[in-house]
Amino acid sequence: MRNLRLYLSITILSLLMLGGCATKVPQYDYAAFMKAKPKTLLVLPPLNDSPEVKATASMWSHATLPLSEAGYYVLPVTLVDETLKQNGVFNASDAQAISAAKLHEVFGADAAVYIKVTKYGTSFQVLASETRIEAEGRIVDLRTGDLLWHGNAVASSAEEGQQNQGGLAGLLIAAVVKQIIGTATDAAYKYGGIASNRLLGTPHYNGILPGPRSPFYGQPPAAQ
Amino acid sequence: MNFHFMFAALIAPALLVGCASQPKQLYMWGSFPKIQYEALQGNLGTATDKIAAMDAHAEKARASNAALPPGFRAHLGMLNLSEGNVDRARQLWIEEKTVFPESASYIDQLLNRLDRKPTDTEKPA
Repeated sequence: MRNLRLYLSITILSLLMLGGCATKVPQYDYAAFMKAKPKTLLVLPPLNDSPEVKATASMWSHATLPLSEAGYYVLPVTLVDETLKQNGVFNASDAQAISAAKLHEVFGADAAVYIKVTKYGTSFQVLASETRIEAEGRIVDLRTGDLLWHGNAVASSAEEGQQNQGGLAGLLIAAVVKQIIGTATDAAYKYGGIASNRLLGTPHYNGILPGPRSPFYGQPPAAQ
Repeated sequence: MNFHFMFAALIAPALLVGCASQPKQLYMWGSFPKIQYEALQGNLGTATDKIAAMDAHAEKARASNAALPPGFRAHLGMLNLSEGNVDRARQLWIEEKTVFPESASYIDQLLNRLDRKPTDTEKPA
C-alpha cells in the first residue's frame, strides 16, 4: 500500500514536471485548420515594418525550412518570386493584397502563409547591442479564404547567456537552427532563422499543426 | 536494491527528456536557405558556381541516403534555365513533381511556360 502511494506520487510529480513545459496561454482553436488539412503552402513575400531592407528576403528564405520540416510542401520561394514578377507584382504589400481565389488559381497551393516582420536588426545601446527579430504569421486557406492559424515569435541576441525563454527545448532549437545555417554572415539573418523556426516550426504549443509529411500528422495538437 | 529510487531515477528523467527531444529532420538542407536568401536579394551570383554547389549537395544527400528539401530541385532547375540548360531544367522540375506529387499544379505551369517559351527566346538572332 505504501509502495502504491509512492508510485502514485512520483507519477503525479512527473506529470507536474511535464506541465512545467507548458505556457499558461489557452490553447489555439484548431477547428478550421484540422478541417482544411492543407498539403501545399505558398509563402508570400513578408511585409517589412522595419528599416532593414533585407528583412523581406531573409524571413522569406527562412520560412521554407520550418514549414517543410513540419510536413508541408512549400512552393519554392525563388520561383514564386519570379512568377509574381512576371505577373507585375514587385513588392510584398502588393503580393499580400492579391485575393485568395487568384492566388489559388495562379499557384495551386492549398493555403498561403502571410508573414509580417515588425522588428529586424541590431540596435546599439550603451552597454550592449541587441539583435532582435519580431514577426507575425497567418495561414489562410486559399480555397475558402478562411483563417487557419495565426501567431507571432521573437528572437533576440539578448537571450544568450540568460535563462532561455523556452528552457532546454528553446536552447536545442537555437542550436539546431545554428547548425542549419552554418556560418552566419550577418547576425540578423541568423536570428531571423531562429524567429522563423519559433513562428512556423512544429511541435510548438499554439504553433502550426504538423502537415501530411510529418510523422506527427493527424495527432491532436501537442499540449507541451 | 531500492526499487522506489530506481523507478524515480528511470521514469522522471525519461519524461523530462520527452519534453525536450527534437525529432530527426526530414530533409538535408545544406546551404539551401542561404542560397535562396541570396537569390531573393537579386544576386544570383554566378549561376554556374551555385549549380556546382547544389549538385555537390545533391550528391552528398544521395550518398547518405537523405532526402532533398522541397524546392531544391525546382531552384536548381531555375538556375540551369538561366544558363540556357533547358533540358536539365525540365528534367529537374519533373523530378520535383515526382518526389513531391502535391507540387504538380504549380510545376506543371512552369513546365508549360518552359515549353511555350523556347521559340520566342531562343530564336537565333
